[in-house]
Amino acid sequence: MYPARFEYHAPASVDDALEILERYGDEAKVLAGGQSLIPLMKLRFASPQALVDINRIQGLDSIQEDDGFLSIGALVRHKDCERSEALQGRFGVLADAAPQISDPIVRNRGTVVGSLAHADPQGDWGSALLAAGAQLEVVSSGGTRTIPLDELFVGPFTTSLQPNEIATAVQIPDPGARAGGTYLKLERKVGDYATVGVAVHLSFDNGTVGRAGIALTGVGPRNLRAETAEAALAGAELNDDTIKAAAELAAEAAQPRSDERGSADYKRSVVRVFTERGLRKAAETAAA
Amino acid sequence: MTETAVETRRFTHPVTVTVNGVARSAEIETRLLLVHFLRETLGLTGTHVGCDTTNCGACTVLVNGTPVKSCTMFAVQVDGSEVTTVEGLAPAGGLSPVQEGFHVEHGLQCGFCTPGMMVAATALLAENPDPSEEEIRWAISGNICRCTGYQNIVKAVQYAAAKGKEG
Amino acid sequence: MAATEEIRGVGHSVKRVEDARFIRGKGNYFDDITLPGMLHLEFLRSPYAHARISSIDTSRAEAVDGVVAVVTGELLAQHNLAWMPTLSGDTQAVLATDKVRFQGQEVAAVIAESAYIAKDAVELIDVDYEPLEAITTPQRALEEGAPVIRDEKEGQTDNHIYDWEAGDKEATDRAFAEADKVVELDTFYPRCHPAPLECCGCVADVNPATGKATIYMTSQAPHAHRTLFAIVAGLPEHKIRIISPDLGGGFGNKVPIYPGYVCATAASLLIGRPVKWVEDRTGNLISTGFARDYHMHGELALKGGRITGLRVKMLSDNGAFFSDAQPTKCKAGLFHIVTGSYDIPAAHVVTEGAYTNKAPGGVAYRCSFRVTEASYLIERLVQTAAYETGVDPVEFRKQNFIKPEQFPYKSATGFTYDSGDYAAAMDLALEKLGYDELRREQEEARAEGKLIGIGVASFTEVVGAGHGADYDIAGLRMNDGAELRIHPTGKAVLKLSVKSQGQGHETTFAQIVAEELGLQPEDVEVQEGDTDNTPYGLGTYASRSTPVSGAATAMVSRRIRAKAQKIAAHLLEASEDDLEWENGRFVVKGAPEKSKTIADIAFAAYTNIPEGMEGGLEGVYYYDPPNMTYPFGTYAVVVEIDRGTGVWKVRRCVAVDDCGVRINPMIVEGQIMGGLTEGFAIAAMELIDFDEDGNCIGANFVDYLIPTAWETPTFELGETVTPSPHHPLGAKGVGESATVGAPAAFVNAVVDALAHAGVRNLEMPVTSGKVWAALQEANLAE
Repeated sequence: MYPARFEYHAPASVDDALEILERYGDEAKVLAGGQSLIPLMKLRFASPQALVDINRIQGLDSIQEDDGFLSIGALVRHKDCERSEALQGRFGVLADAAPQISDPIVRNRGTVVGSLAHADPQGDWGSALLAAGAQLEVVSSGGTRTIPLDELFVGPFTTSLQPNEIATAVQIPDPGARAGGTYLKLERKVGDYATVGVAVHLSFDNGTVGRAGIALTGVGPRNLRAETAEAALAGAELNDDTIKAAAELAAEAAQPRSDERGSADYKRSVVRVFTERGLRKAAETAAA
Repeated sequence: MTETAVETRRFTHPVTVTVNGVARSAEIETRLLLVHFLRETLGLTGTHVGCDTTNCGACTVLVNGTPVKSCTMFAVQVDGSEVTTVEGLAPAGGLSPVQEGFHVEHGLQCGFCTPGMMVAATALLAENPDPSEEEIRWAISGNICRCTGYQNIVKAVQYAAAKGKEG
Repeated sequence: MAATEEIRGVGHSVKRVEDARFIRGKGNYFDDITLPGMLHLEFLRSPYAHARISSIDTSRAEAVDGVVAVVTGELLAQHNLAWMPTLSGDTQAVLATDKVRFQGQEVAAVIAESAYIAKDAVELIDVDYEPLEAITTPQRALEEGAPVIRDEKEGQTDNHIYDWEAGDKEATDRAFAEADKVVELDTFYPRCHPAPLECCGCVADVNPATGKATIYMTSQAPHAHRTLFAIVAGLPEHKIRIISPDLGGGFGNKVPIYPGYVCATAASLLIGRPVKWVEDRTGNLISTGFARDYHMHGELALKGGRITGLRVKMLSDNGAFFSDAQPTKCKAGLFHIVTGSYDIPAAHVVTEGAYTNKAPGGVAYRCSFRVTEASYLIERLVQTAAYETGVDPVEFRKQNFIKPEQFPYKSATGFTYDSGDYAAAMDLALEKLGYDELRREQEEARAEGKLIGIGVASFTEVVGAGHGADYDIAGLRMNDGAELRIHPTGKAVLKLSVKSQGQGHETTFAQIVAEELGLQPEDVEVQEGDTDNTPYGLGTYASRSTPVSGAATAMVSRRIRAKAQKIAAHLLEASEDDLEWENGRFVVKGAPEKSKTIADIAFAAYTNIPEGMEGGLEGVYYYDPPNMTYPFGTYAVVVEIDRGTGVWKVRRCVAVDDCGVRINPMIVEGQIMGGLTEGFAIAAMELIDFDEDGNCIGANFVDYLIPTAWETPTFELGETVTPSPHHPLGAKGVGESATVGAPAAFVNAVVDALAHAGVRNLEMPVTSGKVWAALQEANLAE
């Protein structure tokens, strides 16, 4: 309930923030929403020497379509996504994930990018954005780079981000004129982590599936893409048979563990059911 | 980072924040949680602590009009901001429609969740003056109550919404 | 007051006077209290469920700037405080000495200038543990050769705590021998936790100059706690003042005495400064009085559709110390009410309790002393019997209900039920539900592959402990009191021995005085919780406030009214027999213009009384209930199951309660809705579990699931009123009825959705995963 001591910095620019991070080596943490970091600090599971609060930095809080990408800045809160019209329709996987993150008050502070940097394998945004084929824009004193989300998540709570780097935006490629998706989350109550989450994001090419993104929450050491299921759908027509087949493949791709949320068999079965339901919903919303 | 003999680590920070309309300043530990700042530094004990994992919402206050869990913010983060606690919900000498609603509709029993619940409800009505029952339940799903079963809390918010419509 | 103004006494939904401070954020909970020089206490808790302590080094902690003291069991032992007696005649460690016996047990306490600093120091205490086998089930605990958990107790050679039985074995055996069908059920009522939103804690202020200890404490039973403190700490009882301030919920969690209270008081005594202990949620869930954890096996003997016998075997997991609060004559509380609402001629209940390496407790969470467990078992058994005999679950119950003409009803385990009309409550619930229509809909839905379930539970509660000769805790008779004083200007102060944690006593008890004396409730101030200023009692839990202190309030009011009648006669120059009492005034029969209000009489009590009469207008009454009271009801729940995920959603929840006369219907309904929510939560999601190493899963609100407004169903309430014949107001108590009756209603509903496929049982919490497994087995999964 009472964190250990730390030094506090609230820089006004990204450059200042980077400079402070360099000074501390790997002993400092970036504070954005804080809704994952501060609870860890209160239980003393994390005791960084310093916090670099980036909430005062201008220009990081917009959702905008830019150069073939939908860009969500580092200070965009879950609540902003819940309310954003830009995420509706073709980016339905994001619009449907947003209201299911944690609870409505936590959503006022927590950030999308922060959630990705935290890399909780039961984190919902990881799957939604993996399915959407997203990449993370990252800056350091050495410049800017992008990390595809596939390469960002290394393991539970572990990313390929370096201690001197700050993620400034997550970028989702334009899925084309006809696209749709959804995020289905089985949670025991509002605010719980996913027992199982399935993100589906489909781009259509005339009548067939162009690109399929299917990613899973809570059934592996990190958010997982169901790659064989995605491959089976790419270029295929979406019908009962292809949907069922993809759902089976997604279930096979899951690596669930039995715990208080359910048995591994149960979770695997929910992956199948949710993938099926998700694909149907994606097809409906894309047709609309 | 290594400590040198000259450089001492600084664990305190000044904060100036407007709380319930009054400017307050203090030099505080950077690790001091906002909820403890409000309760102990400022003596505003209406905001409560009910858990240690950011689940229960008993600590909900408004920061610049937005409900936040004050147990999951550091007080230094609200430097320069406006904070409203339960003590600041009412107009001078009166009660807000939300407070009145909770009383009239028996929306509280032990009263411990009530401040956070009323703050969340107040924020909801500011954004959505005529919410459906579903919208109310959704908006308060970050606030736990053990006593009431929520049904009268929903009625309390509906009462306040109706009162708001009367103008 | 106008002559025709109605007195807002019993039966009025008076708005609560206590709201005024809570809605302004001006409640006075213990953590809101700050005293000059106050220090803060934080605990070091054991990471192991069972381990020997080889050494504790507190030197690094003591060196932290701002730390005033670090206390260990060894230090407490020097003052004979390392162990304390429990409310069940056992002993409990205040701070561990030889061993730790559950994960989270208190090992050391740091007292410092701030809680933050105290926590810093706690991190610097070094303890060497030698882990031992963690016993995580009572079955393992009772195995031959299992490690003895309480090896510090002289003569304790195993993990057995008690044996206790009720009923008649021979008569029951005969019933089973002659039965034409026997129905069995093995079920586990899992460990859950009352988890009031405010955790436990205290501010202990032992004044070094006067020697008086003032302890602001989260206590549902301040007087009993004071007496026990006096005995345990050796402090003279008149030098102990316990003030239980506003409580943010209790639900039985604030009845036991916890190490935090003892350590804070001892620290304050030794240091000479006030010491505050604020429990955190983890501490609350991992170490304080949990609820339930009963392994139950029940059998019904059936003959011609009637239940002729009930056999129950129960094994209780009590954790590392037997620390429950329950009447001393009953080791398993009132579990033997397990015959429930049914006319069962023969019953035999055998219970056993065992120690395990878990937190101590068991009697808590609105259980009415284990009635929750008993009611769950019988309602699940009866439901099973209905399916096994092919009878509708409602019909089966009705065939076996105790009939109205059988009251007062002597049960096979020795209870005398005061009054009831079970069929009436059932019928009302079914009518509100539209039961027959729903059964048709269920069948049609099944044909379409939709799974709908309808579950009922008809519970009978036993509350209001109790008759002093039968009911005591730690020897203290469970009688409670009320002290009422009327001031000259006709206002009153009522002091109670009970202690509200949200039940609205400041309003409802004033209504009792209003009813009896004709004062409006706002003219009566109700005080509770300060042991220096209130009469003695055993406190508020087990739904006993209205049955006991409520009765005391009515009785003391009547005593005062009797004296008032004498004064009225004196003022009106009439004889007492010529006076009638109506609407708050004494009126001369046949001369309605000649009357005196209670306010007139109050003034006269101090200014103009008959010669020889003692002045004042007040009294105190300690009520010894002649019997318990027996609230009852029927709950009916409709659920729908998602065949793909096993998730079940509540479509309807109808609750008909009969708690006799309702003092404040609004407050009664609030209590019921709160209890229904807790009952739903227990059925659906609440669980404290342990892995094989004794690690506690469920020690925070991430793992211990409390439903939000989003999961919680909407409740449709109804009432029947069957007064208690022996209670002065006809009231029965209601605070726990819904937690008693609801879980079975929800579980019965989910089972009912699958019963046609042969499913008979699902264990709580009924998670979607368990439902899915049942669907799989029954070939009903999507």
